[in-house]
Amino acid sequence: MKKLFIVLLFLSAISTSNAQFSELIKKSEVHGSFETDGMYYHADNDMGITDSLIAGRNLAFNGYAEIIYTLGGFSAGVRYEAYLPPIAGFDNRLDGQGMPYMWASYATEKFSFTVGNFYEQFGNGLVLRTYQEWTLGYDNSLNGVRVKYQPVKGIILKGVYGTQRFFWEKYSNNNRGIVKGFDTEISFNDLFKSMESSKLRLSIGGSFVSKYQVDNDPLFKLPRDVGTGAARFNVGIGKFNFSSEYAHKINDPSAINGYIYKPGDAFIFNASFSTKGLGILAVFKRIDNFSYKSDRGETANALDINFLPPISEAHTYMLASMYPYATQPNGEIGFQVQVNYKIPRKSKLGGKYGMDISFNFSQINDIVRNPAGDTTAINVPGTLGYTSNFFEFSDHTFMRDIQIHLHKKFSRKFHATAEYLNQTFDIASIQGHVGEPVIHNHIGILDMTYKFTSRKSLRWEIQGLFTEQDKRNWVAGLLEYTISPHWFITASDQWNYGNEESDMRLHYYTIAGGYSIKTTRFSVSYGRQREGVVCVGGVCRQVPASSGFYVTISSSF
Amino acid sequence: MKKIAALLFVMLLGFGAMAQSGSGKKLPSVNIKTLNGEVVNTQTISNDGKPVMICFWALWCKPCKKELDAYNELYEEWQEETGVKIVAISIDDARSTAKVKPFVSGKDWEFEVLLDPNQEFKRALSVNMIPHTFLLDGNGNIVYQHTSYYEGLEDEMFELVKKVANGEDISNH
Repeated sequence: MKKLFIVLLFLSAISTSNAQFSELIKKSEVHGSFETDGMYYHADNDMGITDSLIAGRNLAFNGYAEIIYTLGGFSAGVRYEAYLPPIAGFDNRLDGQGMPYMWASYATEKFSFTVGNFYEQFGNGLVLRTYQEWTLGYDNSLNGVRVKYQPVKGIILKGVYGTQRFFWEKYSNNNRGIVKGFDTEISFNDLFKSMESSKLRLSIGGSFVSKYQVDNDPLFKLPRDVGTGAARFNVGIGKFNFSSEYAHKINDPSAINGYIYKPGDAFIFNASFSTKGLGILAVFKRIDNFSYKSDRGETANALDINFLPPISEAHTYMLASMYPYATQPNGEIGFQVQVNYKIPRKSKLGGKYGMDISFNFSQINDIVRNPAGDTTAINVPGTLGYTSNFFEFSDHTFMRDIQIHLHKKFSRKFHATAEYLNQTFDIASIQGHVGEPVIHNHIGILDMTYKFTSRKSLRWEIQGLFTEQDKRNWVAGLLEYTISPHWFITASDQWNYGNEESDMRLHYYTIAGGYSIKTTRFSVSYGRQREGVVCVGGVCRQVPASSGFYVTISSSF
Repeated sequence: MKKIAALLFVMLLGFGAMAQSGSGKKLPSVNIKTLNGEVVNTQTISNDGKPVMICFWALWCKPCKKELDAYNELYEEWQEETGVKIVAISIDDARSTAKVKPFVSGKDWEFEVLLDPNQEFKRALSVNMIPHTFLLDGNGNIVYQHTSYYEGLEDEMFELVKKVANGEDISNH
């Protein structure tokens, strides 16, 4: 509470500028943003939400406000967050309010120094990435010191030291580890004048990260320092681009891997071809025992030091996002091929405006695990756990996703998108629904927009999801009317008409409306939220079924 | 009590936001990357005294892609008339940064696209929702910003771009 008043005082000091500071204030800049999400829940007996389940907790509220102040090379920022209590589906440990993010930094052309909380990423994030994702309630910022140094153009060195945010719990004596990290990136085209305009674009990088957490385990002798290292490159030759990163971690027994002592590996390889109107991408990825958290006992979405990028597509249509993939940190191996093509304008198929076609295929399997010794079974705590061949796919498919996407503008007034998806989804492994069969589905989507005038348009979606497993078949529809640049109103329904239990054949309807002006957006919705999973970047959060009103206000300046 | 304090704080900021929106600020200095992996400082984004549009987007954001499609279609026309330059900033994370270049090629977008994979530029500009578009005048001052995209916004944007290109003040918008 005191801190809040200090910030308010600071703010009012800025705004009521006196003459002495007026020159300073002219040169300084303030950016800021805020968002509040409020929820009112009510009972919905059809969905199994009764008054006694809600038990008087009808209201939930997530909010934040952030201010960044800059004066020349100096900048500082603070964020206030409140979860009173958190909206259903967010980690309950967020309950509370305070200032979890405060920092100041000073930067010159070659040098930058940050104290406080910061977000940083080394390479692809395989060994270190701290970030914040409001929609997940996720924040693993480091609180400590960061130095960036650019001795010459083309070389960037970074060093970080600190402890991670863990909801509202302050760091104290070994309740989580201390993270140290170092990264360097060399861009040859910037470093050497002779390569400045070369067709070959080459950069390499390397990182080392270590966490320090004293072993207090009664059973096992655990490593106090866990080191990880990674090396990466990016090569561009004309229309081709290749990039890769490999990371290795020493033994790091944890609650996630079941306290096994096997070292971890992670590997990503991307190859792409890009030319006017055509882009092709191929990705190979392998993760083997690579969860890396600053507290070995943590199992939820918190205290991750690294980030394991998923190679599945992030679907956004209502029914297409029913079965989202979450990265399996203990092991997965997969590949992805994606083609984006634009049929040119004024061709037979392309018509006056051209047509976009894209195709995606992703498959992710489990890795193969062999016993580490003749007498030990796989994954026994306290042992090496298993051995695994690097390029071997197991028969166990976690997910397969085939997608065809077409978009065509037919006239100035009408354009449409059509999408077909075919998915295989192992809900038992990915979402922990033990014993449930693997889901095979077909999904079809039509999304059409008609423009009445230059400002008013109507968009409608028709979707279907067909499967013999889980909750069986669904259909969905949506209508959205917009008046640019301020207004929208929308109504949608998802109907689980194929559910085996006839009293569970529910309609999940929502009506919503909103107004936006400049950078401020206000929206209200009413309806039912189906039970599901919200994922951003392979990190997912469970959303329970709910029914009620939802209000969001967000703004920035 | 805490709830009331929190709400008051947030409302206070809200009023501050309305009052300050788009008031002649410049771009902060952040190092981000080109699609070829080279480092670019955001303060070097300029356009010879002509307006610049900075559009934040991501592969997972449908309205963002619609917005950029709409701009792309009109880009030639807009450039001829006003010399405006569009710079699209992808905030896709490590999951998708490698996908951005082939996607942009497949879309045949004519404007420049830059990568902000850990959202440093986004944070420095206090962008909380995308699509979020900034309009800069010829001197690099942020003169207008807008979040969200509805069909037809491009016409409104172009009206503003024309005014800015003519040196008119659009602070009342």
